[in-house]
Amino acid sequence: MNRINKKLQELKSENKKALITYVTCGDGGYDTTESAVLKMAENGADIIELGVPFSDPIAEGPVIQAASERALKNGTTLKGIFEMVKRLRSKTNIPLLLMMYVNSIFRFGTEKFFTMCEETGIDGVIVPDLPFEEKDEIQESADKHNIINISLITPTSTDRIGMIAKEAKGFVYCVSSTGVTGMRSGFSTDFNQFIGEIKKHTDAPCAIGFGISGPEQAKNLKQYCDGVIVGSAIVNIIGENEKDSAEKVGKFTISLRTALDE
Amino acid sequence: MNKKGRFGIYGGQYVPETVMHAVCELEAAYEHYKNDKEFCEELKALYRDYAGRPSMLYYAEKMTKDLNGPKIYIKREDLNHTGSHKINNVLGQILLAKKMGKKRIIAETGAGQHGVATATAAALFGMECEVYMGEVDMERQSLNVYRMELLGAKVTPAKSGTGTLKDAINEAMKDWATNIETTYYLIGSVMGPHPYPEMVRDFQKIISEEIKVQIKEKENKLPDCVVACVGGGSNAMGAFYNFIEHDSVRLIGAEAAGKGVDTKYHAATSAKGSDGIFHGMKSIFLQNDEGQIDEVYSISAGLDYPGIGPEHADLFKRKRAEYMPITDEEAVCAFEYLSRTEGIIPAIESAHAVAAAMKIAPSMNKNQIMVINLSGRGDKDVYQVARYRGVKLNEQD
Repeated sequence: MNRINKKLQELKSENKKALITYVTCGDGGYDTTESAVLKMAENGADIIELGVPFSDPIAEGPVIQAASERALKNGTTLKGIFEMVKRLRSKTNIPLLLMMYVNSIFRFGTEKFFTMCEETGIDGVIVPDLPFEEKDEIQESADKHNIINISLITPTSTDRIGMIAKEAKGFVYCVSSTGVTGMRSGFSTDFNQFIGEIKKHTDAPCAIGFGISGPEQAKNLKQYCDGVIVGSAIVNIIGENEKDSAEKVGKFTISLRTALDE
Repeated sequence: MNKKGRFGIYGGQYVPETVMHAVCELEAAYEHYKNDKEFCEELKALYRDYAGRPSMLYYAEKMTKDLNGPKIYIKREDLNHTGSHKINNVLGQILLAKKMGKKRIIAETGAGQHGVATATAAALFGMECEVYMGEVDMERQSLNVYRMELLGAKVTPAKSGTGTLKDAINEAMKDWATNIETTYYLIGSVMGPHPYPEMVRDFQKIISEEIKVQIKEKENKLPDCVVACVGGGSNAMGAFYNFIEHDSVRLIGAEAAGKGVDTKYHAATSAKGSDGIFHGMKSIFLQNDEGQIDEVYSISAGLDYPGIGPEHADLFKRKRAEYMPITDEEAVCAFEYLSRTEGIIPAIESAHAVAAAMKIAPSMNKNQIMVINLSGRGDKDVYQVARYRGVKLNEQD
């Protein structure tokens, strides 16, 4: 069974919420990313998203965009990221996803890309610029290599929710609000209604992401969903602390874990 | 899987889920209104009374004699209100936005021509307007920035990347994703997710409709060759569209070769690009092996884009249209040539088409006809060309 599904099943049977964390690969160098991933895994993250830097990340806010620029300046490549994943896999069994733009997959070669995912131990992908209508671009290759293509649903999805949710695998990435990634002070979305509508169409766990800046928000949101996704807040810590960031990322992960388990 | 909005393998709707609802809503609205009699009549009236259509098809006699090749006609899109072909698309889309009940318009702009046209139409329709423009472009096209502000628009600099058109589109897309409920994104070229490439082409195809009628009146036959410049490619799609079905008509797009296609400083997509997926569409882009989009360069802010629209990609792939790289130097020479020869100062973008025409004309004969689509006027570029030539103008600051 795919590591993501296995982990989510375990959490469900333990009645626990999933903590999904994000880091931009190569920001501060591959070593920095590796230590951050291991620290997050040790300190309570359940699933980790590895962001693949892209020159023009149209779904990202300023924090992740700046991290992507730094990572590209460092010479981060997809090939380098796969090498890093291989190294990580010898140390951790935590489910790993690549969050990336479709051009990176297309240009690498879709079939070759998913072969590499399987070989190195990637469990899923999140492709924000590949909506339901275009998922055939990757779906067949992803399925063939047992890599989950995570579906995103947003508050603007409205009459599209059923169509997307019915085919969702792994978990549903529920986007908290309109706009781009990045920390927000509050949300205007009616999560009861939003997540409720999604749950009508799927048994897949629902995780809320975009704008969750810390343990307080995680605590407030957990009642509505099966998990939370935290990205920019972690990327921010790494951006500010570079090489010494792992300890701080670890502490931050503990605070999120505690908030979800309380 | 549906294959709507495809030109061969190109096109599609590669945008975040947040904007998909709006894209589908737009698609439905456009499908409805494009055949709606009242909408078409309103647009026709705007074209005639506000934009000044039809634009003239002018016989460039001196240029014809000088180049000693085909008879050369110039399609005067530069004489439209706001000074370029951009107004054709803007009037169509803003009318659609009004029918859809949208109150706020956003747009991206490179040279500023699309931004000016959008600001103009927003003023006319009484809508709030915000235009994203690359920081570098704002500097080289400061006249157009001021013009947009005069028209009541807010101009917001895009500071990321190279601070040019690509970055302005990134910022506009982010704004759209944030304010999706209230905002209409008025894309200025035949690019982006479906339905934009098709819709913008439909609003621009009036150019080739008119050329066809006008050349029939003057010459009683089809032209042998139509030349237009290509950034995203909206004026070229407009000028080509009604001739695609006529195999005898050569279609030539002039791309920005900047300092040369073998340098790093160009925007010649079909010469040096490869298939990719970016800005909502599968098309041809300038990118590296990793799929990172290249930083591109051209003297012309309007052609300074690392891709072409998907319909151009298809025309290129099936060899129905030819694309020719034109350097900064060639464009500036053509800019000066047309000014002196015909008394018409072309936009630096359109000067790329003039330069391509000058290259091709000697290989054609007297019985043949060439049409150059002069997409815009060059007032905005005078300062930059002077600077390029090392002429110091008396600047305000």
